[in-house]
Amino acid sequence: MDIHEYQAKEILSNFGVGIPQGALAYSPEQAAYRAREMGGDRWVVKAQVHAGGRGKAGGVKVCTSDTEIQDVTEGMFGQKLVTHQTGPDGKGIYRVYVEAAVPIAREIYLGFVLDRASQRVMIVASSEGGMEIEEISAHRPDSIVRATVEPAVGLQEFECREIAFALGIKPGMVQQMVRTLLGCYRAFRDLDATMVEVNPLVVTSDDRILALDAKMTFDNNALFRHPQISELRDKSQEDPRESRAADRGLSYVGLDGNIGCIVNGAGLAMATMDTIKLAGGEPANFLDIGGGATPERVAKAFRLVMSDKNVQAILVNIFAGINRCDWVAEGVVRALRDEPVDVPVVVRLAGTNVKEGQKILAQSGLPLIRATTLMEAAERAVMAWRADTNRNPSLKVV
Amino acid sequence: MSIFLDHETPVLVQGITGKMARFHTKEMLEYGTNVVGGVVPGKGGETVESVPVFNTMKEAVAETGAKATLVFVPPPAAADSIMEAADAGIRYCVCITDGIPAQDMIRVKRYMYRYPKERRMILTGPNCAGTISPGKAMLGIMPGHIYLPGHVGIVGRSGTLGYEAAAQLKELGLGVSTSVGIGGDPINGSSFRDVLEHFQNDDDTHAICLIGEIGGPQEAEAAEYIRDHVTKPVVAYVAGLTAPKGRTMGHAGAIISAFGESASEKVEILAAAGVTMAENPAVIGATVARVLQ
Repeated sequence: MDIHEYQAKEILSNFGVGIPQGALAYSPEQAAYRAREMGGDRWVVKAQVHAGGRGKAGGVKVCTSDTEIQDVTEGMFGQKLVTHQTGPDGKGIYRVYVEAAVPIAREIYLGFVLDRASQRVMIVASSEGGMEIEEISAHRPDSIVRATVEPAVGLQEFECREIAFALGIKPGMVQQMVRTLLGCYRAFRDLDATMVEVNPLVVTSDDRILALDAKMTFDNNALFRHPQISELRDKSQEDPRESRAADRGLSYVGLDGNIGCIVNGAGLAMATMDTIKLAGGEPANFLDIGGGATPERVAKAFRLVMSDKNVQAILVNIFAGINRCDWVAEGVVRALRDEPVDVPVVVRLAGTNVKEGQKILAQSGLPLIRATTLMEAAERAVMAWRADTNRNPSLKVV
Repeated sequence: MSIFLDHETPVLVQGITGKMARFHTKEMLEYGTNVVGGVVPGKGGETVESVPVFNTMKEAVAETGAKATLVFVPPPAAADSIMEAADAGIRYCVCITDGIPAQDMIRVKRYMYRYPKERRMILTGPNCAGTISPGKAMLGIMPGHIYLPGHVGIVGRSGTLGYEAAAQLKELGLGVSTSVGIGGDPINGSSFRDVLEHFQNDDDTHAICLIGEIGGPQEAEAAEYIRDHVTKPVVAYVAGLTAPKGRTMGHAGAIISAFGESASEKVEILAAAGVTMAENPAVIGATVARVLQ
């Protein structure tokens, strides 16, 4: 789960990380008021959306008066911010963070991630802050410092000092850097984060070390023990179909294609999407309805997939192991009788009692297209989609 | 014996009194697995499917001589259960649980390293379908009847995609020596490389079928190991060619977040190491048959 910059800053600040003075606003008037309240003569207003690349997309503006803040934020609120991370639809701006500008002497990159190779928390830092880590890796790989944290004892001060000196922090400020690193690590560990990124972490000309931007992502599997983090979830930043699916215990990812997929198991779901692509189609979604494939889940899945207006054909691919195919077939038939769909549906069942399952589908009287192998199912789905939408009428069924 | 278990291996089920655990305990017993007991704190003295339930793993191991365990405990307590198994002297542990916090798994892996290698428990999973040595025993939730006994070793992240492969092999009359699910989580007990080493040293395994997916470095590590150490033919399929970058595809670990983690990059890396790639999931079985000729 992602949170907003201002929320990440508040969390990190509670763990001893320095942040510039700032305040949140829900309207242009409030943003201007926040600036007056804060004082000073230079502020940065930042659109709060769950995506990086806000600066380049116009979501971060420097202002020098409260009236300018009001004008600038009037152009932000209610708009969609499109960055290279949001996709073409962008993300809605409903909150703006107003921050006192600080005199920047240098910018540092600081990230904490779950490193899958070492299976530990890894610190990634670079003296080249401000750029994205991918850019730094490509252009200045020599500037990157990495360290993994021994999980039994956690991050130690000497390790922080090593990083600080490697980044060229001047001796008088090393202790401040140690405090910053330990604060980020403890926030990561105590709150079950999967990522903490401070980019840039700045050294100011008056010798302060401050998190100028902050991003935190949390482990969904650990939210049960962090109710205060779960509360920070902002559904306005999520794809509405994906959040609805997640709330119903289904794993769904919307894609750009036209062939909807209903599959049990994540690996098989990805494999099904790949096979559709190989057969010349484009999958409309990833959807794992779980190992069980109960009739209720199948019905929910049809409703979810059909809520995507781009879907012009559906491929159901269920490997029934413990559950028998005849039982899954009954679920499919019941779901389609209760709520008929107006696009072609291809059903491929495999596993236990596959013949009985096929028979139930055949005798249902529903216009279902059946298939035995995965490849055949994908080809038939693509064919049905083409025939139904007159994309390639000359194509014959194999 | 097969690489991790056979029909004699005494097995415990942790969390055996849960509804799903009861069902799969019955399935495992019917398959011929030597289930000797279960562990649920506070339920010691009860029986499930006529096997005794104990309060602690130490007690269960002392009473039954169990060597393997299946963890069926809900996510908040699963990591604790795995460590309890490691401490009780269990040699092989399969964890089915989906949804264990990643940092809990980091602690589990660190904890297991307290024990010297010859006493260290092997963990597969979490978030996997389990391990089966067809015709001998199964430790997991898979449908046993789709596996034919034979000489192909299967190792994969995904449960149902692994079933798909086993069913395709059966269709072609090919059997399986052992099928191991390593699970879909970002931090897991055994990697592809770990399991490949067992298959390479197993006389019963003549060919290996590896089923990978997007995310993480373990397919690339496997490729390096195969190139340098594996003399048996290896067939691989990698799921997720159409998966977009930066999105989690069901499995917590199925996310492309770094270079080398996409399906096409993994296919390239594996092929360069001499692995025969199955171009699509419908031809996994046929590709294995081809390399065995």
